[in-house]
Amino acid sequence: MDRRHLEIAMPFLVIVALVILWQAIVQLFGVRPFILPAPTAILAAFMEYREAIMDHALFTLVNTLTGFAIGIAVGVLLGIFIGSSRLVYAGLYPLLVGINSVPKAAIVPILVLWLGIGQPPAIATAFLLSFFPIAVNVATGLATVEPELEDVLRSLGATPLDVLRKVGLPRTMPYFFASLKVAITLAFVGAVISETIASNDGIGYLMLQSASQFRVPLMFAGLMVTAAMGIATYAIFAVLESRVTGWATRRHDTHFGGG
Amino acid sequence: MRPFVELEGVSLRYGRAQGTLALERVDAAIQPGEFAAVVGPSGCGKSSLMKLVTGLLPATSGTIRVAGEGVKGPLKIVGMAFQNPTLLPWRDTLANTMLPLEIVRPHRHRLQRHRQEYVAKARQLLASVGLAGFEDRQPWMLSGGMQQRASLCRALIHSPELLMLDEPFAALDAFTREELWAVLQDLWMARKFTCILVTHELREAAYLADVIFVMSARPGRIVATHRIDLPRPRTLDMTFEPKFVEVVHAMRTQIARARNEARVTAAAS
Repeated sequence: MDRRHLEIAMPFLVIVALVILWQAIVQLFGVRPFILPAPTAILAAFMEYREAIMDHALFTLVNTLTGFAIGIAVGVLLGIFIGSSRLVYAGLYPLLVGINSVPKAAIVPILVLWLGIGQPPAIATAFLLSFFPIAVNVATGLATVEPELEDVLRSLGATPLDVLRKVGLPRTMPYFFASLKVAITLAFVGAVISETIASNDGIGYLMLQSASQFRVPLMFAGLMVTAAMGIATYAIFAVLESRVTGWATRRHDTHFGGG
Repeated sequence: MRPFVELEGVSLRYGRAQGTLALERVDAAIQPGEFAAVVGPSGCGKSSLMKLVTGLLPATSGTIRVAGEGVKGPLKIVGMAFQNPTLLPWRDTLANTMLPLEIVRPHRHRLQRHRQEYVAKARQLLASVGLAGFEDRQPWMLSGGMQQRASLCRALIHSPELLMLDEPFAALDAFTREELWAVLQDLWMARKFTCILVTHELREAAYLADVIFVMSARPGRIVATHRIDLPRPRTLDMTFEPKFVEVVHAMRTQIARARNEARVTAAAS
């Protein structure tokens, strides 16, 4: 196996090694299942309850993606708004940071008060956690457009909308996609938190229920499924990113000499 | 003939009344199709002068007229190029060159239907600066000199009447720079636009310009005007002739004196 293949295989090798180590530790030291279940026990729990787990996982996935979609829409619009004007930037940025620094778990009870339990607060929490990095990154991308380039365009009679379309948005794409990878994982966190606090469905609910009954292998099975969903969505956006913003990475760095 | 660009008593102060005076009572006139250069020590407000003429910055006092009309907001037809080529990394060289056509009227409305015609025009322009065959390269695949050539093409693709250049060759090595002087001279001779070149390189100014304005250190004032009546096309060999060397030397002395005066005033205050 050459180096390139090894590089691709590395993440899987690490996971396999970790699972083997985990299994070995649990068996060697006789760790009790309600402290840390062995991977085999988790797998057994998953197989036994797979239908219920998958139902709950689907519920969580739908909440996450819905909240995330709203987060993208709001985050992009807010980012454009903030990034296009220094005045708006100065006015809104501190407020945004303030809102973002409030622990979202603390907001869920308020959301429950407003929206009831189940799906609505889960979507709202996923949205609240995911829109911020998107807005900040889009704003940063727009705010760092070279002033010379703006001068070039303005002296051609470009409207602010022209500048946004021709330079601002394309330039912001690498920032935007970087933020999506962060935001999607945060959206999962948000949905699961809300389900833990106020829901009768979803992975969060499943975790809480199995914890209260000391069914720790089931808990871990839920955790694994959530992690798998997180990795899968992350991977989708990573692929999208390299497709859309390949120009920003310059992998085939060949230069031509001469003036 | 009426000057194409006219400055009358133009001053520029940054900030409020106590702010830095960047330019002080600048008078200048540039004829249509003339190549003008502005030289001076760094921080003399050369770049500010450019922003004033293109209307990107309002003057504190004085009047600026371009093509007979007072400049009130950003002009809509000017070509510009800077030290930094500012090519868009997500576009290839051809698409970068054609960017102004997507913005300037009436081209922006004609571009879709007459695409072939415009592409041919852009390829021709790129070929004239020696970039034939590089149309589909991304900017970062080009050397600094080539990027600057592409930047010049972008500034000229919509056939502007006025080209503004702010130290366009300052970041290039000496040989590439001299090559590009010739490229720029050829473009100017073929298209006869009015050109204002801001530079600190005196040989560059004397090689390219018909008229050179020498500016003092901050606040920038025009301390001398030189007419260069060497025949065109000028060659690099001419830059070693006594007449050429004399002009460059004279400007060198004027700028040195202006710098000294500024130092003395600064020490006295």
